[in-house]
Amino acid sequence: MPDADIRVRVNGALRRATVPPRLTLADYLRERCGLTGTHLGCEHGVCGACTVLLDGEAVRACLVFAVQADGADVTTVEGLAAPDGALSPVQAAFRDEHGLQCGFCTPGFVVSVTAFLRDTPDPTDEQIREALSGNLCRCTGYQGILRAVRTAARTAAADPPAAGGESR
Amino acid sequence: MKPAAFDHHAPADVGEAVAMLADLGEDAKVLAGGQSLVPMLALRLAVPEHLVDLRRTAGLRGVAEHEPADGCEGVLRVGACTTQTAIGRSADAARAVPLLARATPLIGHFQIRNRGTVGGSLAHADAAAEYPSVALALGARMHARSPRGARTIPADRFFTGMWTTDLADDELLTAVDFPVWRGRRGFAIEEFARRGGDFAIAGAAVAVELAGDDRVRRCGIGLFGLGPTPLRAAAAEEAATGMAVADIAADEVGRAAVAGLDVVPADLHASADHRRHVGAVVTARAWRRAVREAAHA
Repeated sequence: MPDADIRVRVNGALRRATVPPRLTLADYLRERCGLTGTHLGCEHGVCGACTVLLDGEAVRACLVFAVQADGADVTTVEGLAAPDGALSPVQAAFRDEHGLQCGFCTPGFVVSVTAFLRDTPDPTDEQIREALSGNLCRCTGYQGILRAVRTAARTAAADPPAAGGESR
Repeated sequence: MKPAAFDHHAPADVGEAVAMLADLGEDAKVLAGGQSLVPMLALRLAVPEHLVDLRRTAGLRGVAEHEPADGCEGVLRVGACTTQTAIGRSADAARAVPLLARATPLIGHFQIRNRGTVGGSLAHADAAAEYPSVALALGARMHARSPRGARTIPADRFFTGMWTTDLADDELLTAVDFPVWRGRRGFAIEEFARRGGDFAIAGAAVAVELAGDDRVRRCGIGLFGLGPTPLRAAAAEEAATGMAVADIAADEVGRAAVAGLDVVPADLHASADHRRHVGAVVTARAWRRAVREAAHA
Protein backbone atom coordinates (compact mmCIF):
# COMPACT_ATOMS: atom_id res chain seq x y z
CA MET A 1 0.00 0.00 0.00
CA PRO A 2 2.47 2.69 -1.12
CA ASP A 3 2.07 6.22 0.16
CA ALA A 4 1.50 9.06 -2.26
CA ASP A 5 3.05 12.49 -2.56
CA ILE A 6 0.56 15.32 -2.71
CA ARG A 7 0.64 19.08 -3.13
CA VAL A 8 -2.36 20.95 -1.79
CA ARG A 9 -2.99 24.65 -1.38
CA VAL A 10 -4.62 25.03 2.05
CA ASN A 11 -5.96 28.46 2.96
CA GLY A 12 -3.58 29.98 0.42
CA ALA A 13 -0.41 28.17 1.55
CA LEU A 14 1.09 25.45 -0.64
CA ARG A 15 1.74 22.28 1.32
CA ARG A 16 3.48 19.05 0.35
CA ALA A 17 2.92 15.78 2.13
CA THR A 18 3.34 12.05 1.77
CA VAL A 19 0.13 10.34 2.76
CA PRO A 20 -1.33 6.85 2.87
CA PRO A 21 -4.19 6.58 0.35
CA ARG A 22 -6.73 5.85 3.07
CA LEU A 23 -6.07 9.15 4.88
CA THR A 24 -9.16 11.32 4.45
CA LEU A 25 -8.85 14.99 3.61
CA ALA A 26 -10.42 15.75 7.01
CA ASP A 27 -7.75 13.78 8.88
CA TYR A 28 -5.04 15.30 6.69
CA LEU A 29 -6.20 18.82 7.56
CA ARG A 30 -6.53 18.08 11.26
CA GLU A 31 -3.51 15.89 11.88
CA ARG A 32 -0.97 16.94 9.26
CA CYS A 33 -1.86 20.61 8.91
CA GLY A 34 -2.96 21.17 12.52
CA LEU A 35 -6.15 22.80 11.27
CA THR A 36 -8.51 21.36 13.86
CA GLY A 37 -11.35 23.72 12.99
CA THR A 38 -12.56 21.07 10.56
CA HIS A 39 -14.54 18.84 12.90
CA LEU A 40 -15.35 15.16 12.52
CA GLY A 41 -18.75 14.06 13.74
CA CYS A 42 -19.99 10.98 11.95
CA GLU A 43 -17.09 10.24 9.58
CA HIS A 44 -19.42 8.84 6.95
CA GLY A 45 -20.92 11.83 5.23
CA VAL A 46 -24.06 12.45 7.26
CA CYS A 47 -23.41 15.28 9.73
CA GLY A 48 -21.59 17.89 7.66
CA ALA A 49 -19.27 19.03 10.49
CA CYS A 50 -16.19 18.41 8.30
CA THR A 51 -17.36 20.57 5.37
CA VAL A 52 -14.55 22.42 3.57
CA LEU A 53 -14.26 24.19 0.22
CA LEU A 54 -12.48 22.06 -2.38
CA ASP A 55 -11.69 24.20 -5.42
CA GLY A 56 -14.40 26.51 -4.13
CA GLU A 57 -17.17 23.91 -3.75
CA ALA A 58 -18.44 22.81 -0.35
CA VAL A 59 -17.70 19.11 0.18
CA ARG A 60 -17.58 16.68 3.06
CA ALA A 61 -13.89 16.27 3.88
CA CYS A 62 -14.52 12.84 5.40
CA LEU A 63 -15.66 11.57 1.97
CA VAL A 64 -12.59 12.79 0.08
CA PHE A 65 -9.20 11.15 0.38
CA ALA A 66 -6.21 13.45 0.74
CA VAL A 67 -4.73 11.89 -2.41
CA GLN A 68 -7.80 13.12 -4.29
CA ALA A 69 -7.04 16.69 -3.23
CA ASP A 70 -3.63 16.59 -4.91
CA GLY A 71 -3.35 19.77 -6.98
CA ALA A 72 -6.47 21.27 -5.45
CA ASP A 73 -7.23 24.39 -3.47
CA VAL A 74 -8.74 23.83 -0.03
CA THR A 75 -10.34 26.41 2.24
CA THR A 76 -11.13 25.46 5.81
CA VAL A 77 -13.00 27.47 8.43
CA GLU A 78 -9.64 28.89 9.50
CA GLY A 79 -9.31 30.46 6.05
CA LEU A 80 -12.55 32.47 6.12
CA ALA A 81 -11.67 35.36 8.39
CA ALA A 82 -9.62 38.32 7.15
CA PRO A 83 -5.85 38.18 7.73
CA ASP A 84 -6.26 40.62 10.64
CA GLY A 85 -8.71 38.22 12.28
CA ALA A 86 -11.85 40.18 11.43
CA LEU A 87 -14.72 37.72 11.09
CA SER A 88 -16.27 37.07 7.71
CA PRO A 89 -19.88 38.25 7.31
CA VAL A 90 -21.10 34.67 7.82
CA GLN A 91 -19.00 34.17 10.93
CA ALA A 92 -20.09 37.51 12.38
CA ALA A 93 -23.74 36.74 11.70
CA PHE A 94 -23.48 33.36 13.47
CA ARG A 95 -22.09 35.17 16.52
CA ASP A 96 -24.60 38.00 16.43
CA GLU A 97 -27.66 35.81 15.89
CA HIS A 98 -26.76 33.05 18.37
CA GLY A 99 -26.27 30.62 15.51
CA LEU A 100 -24.21 28.36 17.76
CA GLN A 101 -24.21 26.93 21.24
CA CYS A 102 -21.61 24.20 21.77
CA GLY A 103 -20.01 25.09 18.45
CA PHE A 104 -19.09 21.59 17.34
CA CYS A 105 -21.12 21.71 14.12
CA THR A 106 -20.43 25.40 13.50
CA PRO A 107 -17.38 25.16 11.20
CA GLY A 108 -19.35 22.93 8.83
CA PHE A 109 -22.31 25.29 8.85
CA VAL A 110 -20.16 28.37 8.34
CA VAL A 111 -18.27 26.84 5.42
CA SER A 112 -21.47 25.49 3.81
CA VAL A 113 -23.26 28.82 4.21
CA THR A 114 -20.26 30.71 2.80
CA ALA A 115 -20.47 28.67 -0.42
CA PHE A 116 -24.27 28.85 -0.48
CA LEU A 117 -24.45 32.65 -0.17
CA ARG A 118 -21.73 33.09 -2.79
CA ASP A 119 -23.90 31.13 -5.25
CA THR A 120 -27.26 32.38 -3.93
CA PRO A 121 -26.71 35.90 -2.61
CA ASP A 122 -30.39 36.72 -2.10
CA PRO A 123 -31.96 33.46 -0.90
CA THR A 124 -35.55 32.77 0.06
CA ASP A 125 -36.21 31.13 3.42
CA GLU A 126 -37.01 27.91 1.61
CA GLN A 127 -33.66 27.98 -0.17
CA ILE A 128 -31.91 28.64 3.14
CA ARG A 129 -33.63 25.69 4.80
CA GLU A 130 -32.74 23.46 1.87
CA ALA A 131 -29.11 24.62 1.97
CA LEU A 132 -28.87 23.96 5.71
CA SER A 133 -30.32 20.45 5.41
CA GLY A 134 -26.91 18.87 4.89
CA ASN A 135 -25.56 19.97 8.27
CA LEU A 136 -26.74 18.66 11.62
CA CYS A 137 -26.88 20.74 14.82
CA ARG A 138 -27.82 19.17 18.16
CA CYS A 139 -28.12 22.40 20.21
CA THR A 140 -29.68 25.36 18.54
CA GLY A 141 -32.92 24.07 17.08
CA TYR A 142 -31.68 25.75 13.89
CA GLN A 143 -33.67 28.99 14.34
CA GLY A 144 -30.60 31.02 15.28
CA ILE A 145 -28.76 29.51 12.33
CA LEU A 146 -31.57 30.50 9.97
CA ARG A 147 -31.45 34.06 11.30
CA ALA A 148 -27.68 34.08 10.92
CA VAL A 149 -27.95 33.16 7.23
CA ARG A 150 -30.56 35.86 6.61
CA THR A 151 -28.39 38.39 8.42
CA ALA A 152 -25.25 37.34 6.56
CA ALA A 153 -27.06 37.71 3.23
CA ARG A 154 -28.19 41.22 4.20
CA THR A 155 -24.73 42.17 5.47
CA ALA A 156 -23.07 40.97 2.29
CA ALA A 157 -25.62 42.89 0.19
CA ALA A 158 -25.06 46.10 2.15
CA ASP A 159 -21.31 45.65 2.40
CA PRO A 160 -20.18 43.73 -0.67
CA PRO A 161 -17.27 41.25 -0.37
CA ALA A 162 -13.68 42.46 -0.15
CA ALA A 163 -14.77 44.77 2.68
CA GLY A 164 -15.76 41.59 4.57
CA GLY A 165 -15.25 41.49 8.29
CA GLU A 166 -17.26 44.06 10.15
CA SER A 167 -20.71 43.08 11.25
CA ARG A 168 -23.30 45.77 11.21
CA MET B 1 -14.63 4.76 11.25
CA LYS B 2 -11.47 4.74 9.16
CA PRO B 3 -11.33 2.93 5.84
CA ALA B 4 -9.01 -0.07 5.66
CA ALA B 5 -5.77 0.38 3.74
CA PHE B 6 -5.91 0.17 -0.05
CA ASP B 7 -3.77 0.92 -3.07
CA HIS B 8 -4.78 4.03 -4.97
CA HIS B 9 -4.64 4.22 -8.75
CA ALA B 10 -5.43 7.28 -10.86
CA PRO B 11 -5.52 6.24 -14.54
CA ALA B 12 -5.14 9.00 -17.13
CA ASP B 13 -7.60 7.58 -19.65
CA VAL B 14 -10.33 5.00 -20.04
CA GLY B 15 -8.03 2.48 -21.73
CA GLU B 16 -5.65 2.54 -18.80
CA ALA B 17 -8.54 2.36 -16.35
CA VAL B 18 -10.12 -0.75 -17.85
CA ALA B 19 -6.72 -2.44 -18.26
CA MET B 20 -6.25 -1.92 -14.51
CA LEU B 21 -9.72 -3.26 -13.75
CA ALA B 22 -9.02 -6.34 -15.85
CA ASP B 23 -5.69 -6.84 -14.12
CA LEU B 24 -6.94 -6.30 -10.56
CA GLY B 25 -10.20 -8.22 -10.94
CA GLU B 26 -12.63 -8.35 -8.07
CA ASP B 27 -10.12 -6.87 -5.60
CA ALA B 28 -10.66 -3.45 -7.20
CA LYS B 29 -13.44 -0.90 -6.90
CA VAL B 30 -13.99 2.12 -9.10
CA LEU B 31 -13.99 5.44 -7.23
CA ALA B 32 -15.95 8.24 -8.91
CA GLY B 33 -17.41 10.92 -6.59
CA GLY B 34 -17.14 8.64 -3.57
CA GLN B 35 -20.36 9.77 -1.93
CA SER B 36 -21.65 6.21 -1.60
CA LEU B 37 -18.42 4.21 -1.77
CA VAL B 38 -16.43 6.16 0.82
CA PRO B 39 -19.12 5.78 3.53
CA MET B 40 -19.12 2.05 2.75
CA LEU B 41 -15.33 2.03 3.15
CA ALA B 42 -15.56 3.97 6.41
CA LEU B 43 -18.11 1.49 7.74
CA ARG B 44 -16.01 -1.33 6.25
CA LEU B 45 -19.00 -2.66 4.38
CA ALA B 46 -16.59 -2.66 1.45
CA VAL B 47 -12.90 -3.52 1.89
CA PRO B 48 -11.33 -3.43 -1.59
CA GLU B 49 -7.59 -3.82 -1.94
CA HIS B 50 -7.45 -1.36 -4.82
CA LEU B 51 -9.34 1.81 -5.69
CA VAL B 52 -9.27 2.93 -9.30
CA ASP B 53 -9.92 6.65 -8.92
CA LEU B 54 -11.36 8.36 -12.01
CA ARG B 55 -10.51 11.91 -10.95
CA ARG B 56 -7.78 12.27 -13.58
CA THR B 57 -9.38 10.03 -16.19
CA ALA B 58 -9.96 12.04 -19.36
CA GLY B 59 -13.13 11.99 -21.42
CA LEU B 60 -15.63 11.13 -18.70
CA ARG B 61 -17.14 14.56 -18.03
CA GLY B 62 -19.62 16.79 -19.72
CA VAL B 63 -23.17 17.12 -20.99
CA ALA B 64 -23.83 17.29 -24.74
CA GLU B 65 -26.93 16.95 -26.85
CA HIS B 66 -26.64 14.70 -29.88
CA GLU B 67 -29.10 15.35 -32.67
CA PRO B 68 -31.33 12.55 -33.93
CA ALA B 69 -29.72 10.32 -36.57
CA ASP B 70 -31.26 7.77 -38.98
CA GLY B 71 -34.57 7.20 -37.29
CA CYS B 72 -33.27 7.29 -33.72
CA GLU B 73 -34.25 10.08 -31.39
CA GLY B 74 -31.74 12.58 -30.12
CA VAL B 75 -30.00 11.95 -26.84
CA LEU B 76 -28.36 13.90 -24.10
CA ARG B 77 -25.02 12.22 -23.53
CA VAL B 78 -23.74 12.67 -20.01
CA GLY B 79 -20.19 11.61 -19.15
CA ALA B 80 -20.13 9.17 -16.27
CA CYS B 81 -18.04 11.43 -14.02
CA THR B 82 -20.20 14.50 -14.55
CA THR B 83 -21.21 15.69 -11.11
CA GLN B 84 -24.81 16.02 -10.07
CA THR B 85 -24.13 19.71 -9.45
CA ALA B 86 -22.92 20.10 -13.05
CA ILE B 87 -26.10 18.44 -14.30
CA GLY B 88 -28.17 20.70 -12.05
CA ARG B 89 -26.43 23.75 -13.53
CA SER B 90 -26.68 22.56 -17.15
CA ALA B 91 -29.16 24.54 -19.25
CA ASP B 92 -28.94 21.75 -21.87
CA ALA B 93 -30.02 19.13 -19.33
CA ALA B 94 -32.90 21.31 -18.11
CA ARG B 95 -34.16 21.86 -21.65
CA ALA B 96 -33.51 18.48 -23.28
CA VAL B 97 -34.12 16.06 -20.39
CA PRO B 98 -36.21 17.89 -17.80
CA LEU B 99 -36.75 14.71 -15.76
CA LEU B 100 -33.01 14.40 -15.15
CA ALA B 101 -32.79 18.05 -14.14
CA ARG B 102 -35.77 17.79 -11.81
CA ALA B 103 -34.46 14.65 -10.11
CA THR B 104 -31.11 16.27 -9.33
CA PRO B 105 -32.04 18.55 -6.40
CA LEU B 106 -33.64 15.55 -4.67
CA ILE B 107 -30.27 13.77 -4.42
CA GLY B 108 -28.67 14.12 -0.99
CA HIS B 109 -27.54 17.67 -0.13
CA PHE B 110 -25.69 20.24 -2.22
CA GLN B 111 -22.37 19.24 -0.64
CA ILE B 112 -23.00 15.64 -1.76
CA ARG B 113 -24.03 16.70 -5.28
CA ASN B 114 -20.79 18.67 -5.62
CA ARG B 115 -18.92 15.35 -5.61
CA GLY B 116 -21.50 12.72 -6.57
CA THR B 117 -21.62 11.70 -10.22
CA VAL B 118 -24.26 10.38 -12.58
CA GLY B 119 -22.18 7.30 -13.41
CA GLY B 120 -21.50 6.61 -9.76
CA SER B 121 -25.16 6.84 -8.93
CA LEU B 122 -26.11 4.43 -11.74
CA ALA B 123 -23.26 1.96 -11.20
CA HIS B 124 -23.80 1.92 -7.43
CA ALA B 125 -27.44 1.14 -8.28
CA ASP B 126 -28.99 1.91 -4.93
CA ALA B 127 -32.62 0.82 -5.19
CA ALA B 128 -33.74 4.03 -3.44
CA ALA B 129 -31.70 6.46 -5.57
CA GLU B 130 -33.26 8.91 -8.03
CA TYR B 131 -31.14 8.68 -11.21
CA PRO B 132 -31.63 4.93 -11.81
CA SER B 133 -35.41 5.39 -11.91
CA VAL B 134 -35.00 8.35 -14.26
CA ALA B 135 -32.87 6.15 -16.53
CA LEU B 136 -35.56 3.46 -16.47
CA ALA B 137 -38.46 5.84 -17.10
CA LEU B 138 -36.77 7.45 -20.11
CA GLY B 139 -35.18 4.31 -21.54
CA ALA B 140 -31.59 5.49 -21.12
CA ARG B 141 -28.65 3.55 -22.55
CA MET B 142 -25.41 2.95 -20.69
CA HIS B 143 -22.08 3.00 -22.50
CA ALA B 144 -19.56 0.57 -21.05
CA ARG B 145 -15.93 -0.08 -21.96
CA SER B 146 -13.65 -2.97 -21.15
CA PRO B 147 -10.41 -4.23 -22.68
CA ARG B 148 -12.72 -6.46 -24.74
CA GLY B 149 -14.38 -3.48 -26.37
CA ALA B 150 -17.35 -1.19 -25.97
CA ARG B 151 -21.02 -2.05 -25.60
CA THR B 152 -24.31 -0.35 -24.84
CA ILE B 153 -26.68 -1.62 -22.17
CA PRO B 154 -30.33 -0.53 -22.04
CA ALA B 155 -31.43 0.71 -18.63
CA ASP B 156 -33.98 -2.05 -18.18
CA ARG B 157 -31.25 -4.69 -18.45
CA PHE B 158 -28.68 -2.77 -16.39
CA PHE B 159 -29.93 -3.17 -12.80
CA THR B 160 -29.63 -6.86 -12.02
CA GLY B 161 -29.75 -7.12 -8.23
CA MET B 162 -29.19 -5.29 -4.98
CA TRP B 163 -26.32 -2.84 -5.61
CA THR B 164 -25.53 -4.98 -8.63
CA THR B 165 -25.46 -4.12 -12.31
CA ASP B 166 -24.76 -5.88 -15.58
CA LEU B 167 -21.23 -4.38 -15.62
CA ALA B 168 -18.44 -6.96 -15.48
CA ASP B 169 -15.45 -6.54 -13.15
CA ASP B 170 -13.34 -5.19 -16.02
CA GLU B 171 -16.04 -2.88 -17.38
CA LEU B 172 -16.33 0.83 -16.80
CA LEU B 173 -19.47 2.88 -17.26
CA THR B 174 -18.25 5.77 -19.42
CA ALA B 175 -21.39 7.70 -20.40
CA VAL B 176 -25.16 7.59 -20.32
CA ASP B 177 -27.49 8.52 -23.17
CA PHE B 178 -30.78 9.95 -21.97
CA PRO B 179 -33.29 10.04 -24.85
CA VAL B 180 -34.65 13.50 -25.65
CA TRP B 181 -38.42 13.04 -25.74
CA ARG B 182 -40.02 15.53 -28.09
CA GLY B 183 -43.55 16.63 -28.87
CA ARG B 184 -46.25 16.79 -26.22
CA ARG B 185 -44.29 15.40 -23.34
CA GLY B 186 -44.40 15.90 -19.62
CA PHE B 187 -42.19 14.75 -16.77
CA ALA B 188 -42.40 14.58 -13.01
CA ILE B 189 -40.56 12.98 -10.14
CA GLU B 190 -42.13 12.63 -6.71
CA GLU B 191 -40.75 11.09 -3.57
CA PHE B 192 -41.48 10.95 0.11
CA ALA B 193 -38.62 11.20 2.59
CA ARG B 194 -38.91 12.03 6.28
CA ARG B 195 -36.09 14.58 6.03
CA GLY B 196 -34.82 16.49 3.02
CA GLY B 197 -31.80 14.73 1.53
CA ASP B 198 -32.57 11.30 2.99
CA PHE B 199 -33.10 8.34 0.73
CA ALA B 200 -36.81 8.30 -0.02
CA ILE B 201 -39.19 5.80 1.57
CA ALA B 202 -40.57 5.51 -1.95
CA GLY B 203 -40.53 7.54 -5.13
CA ALA B 204 -41.56 7.54 -8.77
CA ALA B 205 -40.27 9.18 -11.94
CA VAL B 206 -42.81 9.53 -14.75
CA ALA B 207 -42.42 10.48 -18.41
CA VAL B 208 -45.47 10.81 -20.66
CA GLU B 209 -45.85 11.62 -24.34
CA LEU B 210 -49.32 12.38 -25.73
CA ALA B 211 -50.46 11.96 -29.32
CA GLY B 212 -52.46 14.71 -31.06
CA ASP B 213 -55.72 13.03 -30.08
CA ASP B 214 -54.76 13.08 -26.38
CA ARG B 215 -54.00 9.39 -26.23
CA VAL B 216 -50.87 8.24 -24.42
CA ARG B 217 -48.37 7.56 -27.19
CA ARG B 218 -45.81 6.26 -24.73
CA CYS B 219 -44.95 6.53 -21.08
CA GLY B 220 -42.25 5.44 -18.67
CA ILE B 221 -42.57 4.90 -14.93
CA GLY B 222 -39.48 4.30 -12.80
CA LEU B 223 -39.90 3.35 -9.15
CA PHE B 224 -37.39 3.68 -6.35
CA GLY B 225 -37.30 2.44 -2.78
CA LEU B 226 -39.80 -0.27 -3.67
CA GLY B 227 -37.67 -3.34 -4.34
CA PRO B 228 -34.17 -4.78 -4.24
CA THR B 229 -33.36 -2.85 -7.43
CA PRO B 230 -34.63 0.26 -9.16
CA LEU B 231 -37.79 -0.88 -10.94
CA ARG B 232 -39.77 -0.12 -14.03
CA ALA B 233 -43.55 -0.33 -13.65
CA ALA B 234 -43.98 -2.10 -16.98
CA ALA B 235 -47.55 -3.34 -16.40
CA ALA B 236 -48.79 0.12 -15.44
CA GLU B 237 -47.05 1.63 -18.48
CA GLU B 238 -48.63 -0.96 -20.75
CA ALA B 239 -52.10 -0.41 -19.33
CA ALA B 240 -51.88 3.35 -19.91
CA THR B 241 -50.32 3.29 -23.39
CA GLY B 242 -52.84 3.94 -26.15
CA MET B 243 -55.57 5.05 -23.74
CA ALA B 244 -57.21 8.46 -23.93
CA VAL B 245 -55.50 10.37 -21.16
CA ALA B 246 -58.83 11.65 -19.81
CA ASP B 247 -59.92 8.04 -19.21
CA ILE B 248 -56.90 7.24 -17.04
CA ALA B 249 -57.30 7.75 -13.30
CA ALA B 250 -53.98 8.73 -11.77
CA ASP B 251 -54.77 6.78 -8.61
CA GLU B 252 -55.30 3.70 -10.75
CA VAL B 253 -51.87 4.17 -12.36
CA GLY B 254 -50.40 4.36 -8.86
CA ARG B 255 -52.18 1.18 -7.78
CA ALA B 256 -51.11 -0.63 -10.96
CA ALA B 257 -47.51 0.47 -10.49
CA VAL B 258 -47.20 -1.20 -7.09
CA ALA B 259 -49.59 -4.11 -7.71
CA GLY B 260 -46.97 -6.53 -8.96
CA LEU B 261 -44.27 -5.69 -6.43
CA ASP B 262 -43.32 -8.76 -4.44
CA VAL B 263 -40.07 -7.86 -2.64
CA VAL B 264 -40.78 -4.49 -1.07
CA PRO B 265 -38.18 -3.51 1.56
CA ALA B 266 -39.25 -3.34 5.19
CA ASP B 267 -37.06 -1.63 7.77
CA LEU B 268 -37.29 0.75 10.69
CA HIS B 269 -38.24 3.59 8.33
CA ALA B 270 -41.30 1.91 6.86
CA SER B 271 -43.03 -1.44 6.62
CA ALA B 272 -43.48 -3.05 3.21
CA ASP B 273 -47.19 -2.23 3.21
CA HIS B 274 -46.54 1.40 4.04
CA ARG B 275 -43.90 1.64 1.33
CA ARG B 276 -46.30 0.12 -1.19
CA HIS B 277 -48.96 2.65 -0.18
CA VAL B 278 -46.53 5.57 -0.44
CA GLY B 279 -45.34 4.21 -3.78
CA ALA B 280 -48.87 4.27 -5.18
CA VAL B 281 -49.46 7.81 -3.89
CA VAL B 282 -46.23 9.29 -5.27
CA THR B 283 -46.73 7.52 -8.61
CA ALA B 284 -50.23 9.01 -8.89
CA ARG B 285 -48.92 12.48 -8.03
CA ALA B 286 -46.11 12.23 -10.56
CA TRP B 287 -48.50 10.91 -13.22
CA ARG B 288 -50.91 13.84 -12.67
CA ARG B 289 -48.13 16.41 -12.94
CA ALA B 290 -46.52 14.80 -15.97
CA VAL B 291 -49.84 14.54 -17.82
CA ARG B 292 -50.74 18.14 -17.00
CA GLU B 293 -47.42 19.29 -18.42
CA ALA B 294 -47.78 17.14 -21.55
CA ALA B 295 -51.32 18.42 -22.17
CA HIS B 296 -50.06 22.00 -22.13
CA ALA B 297 -46.87 21.33 -24.10
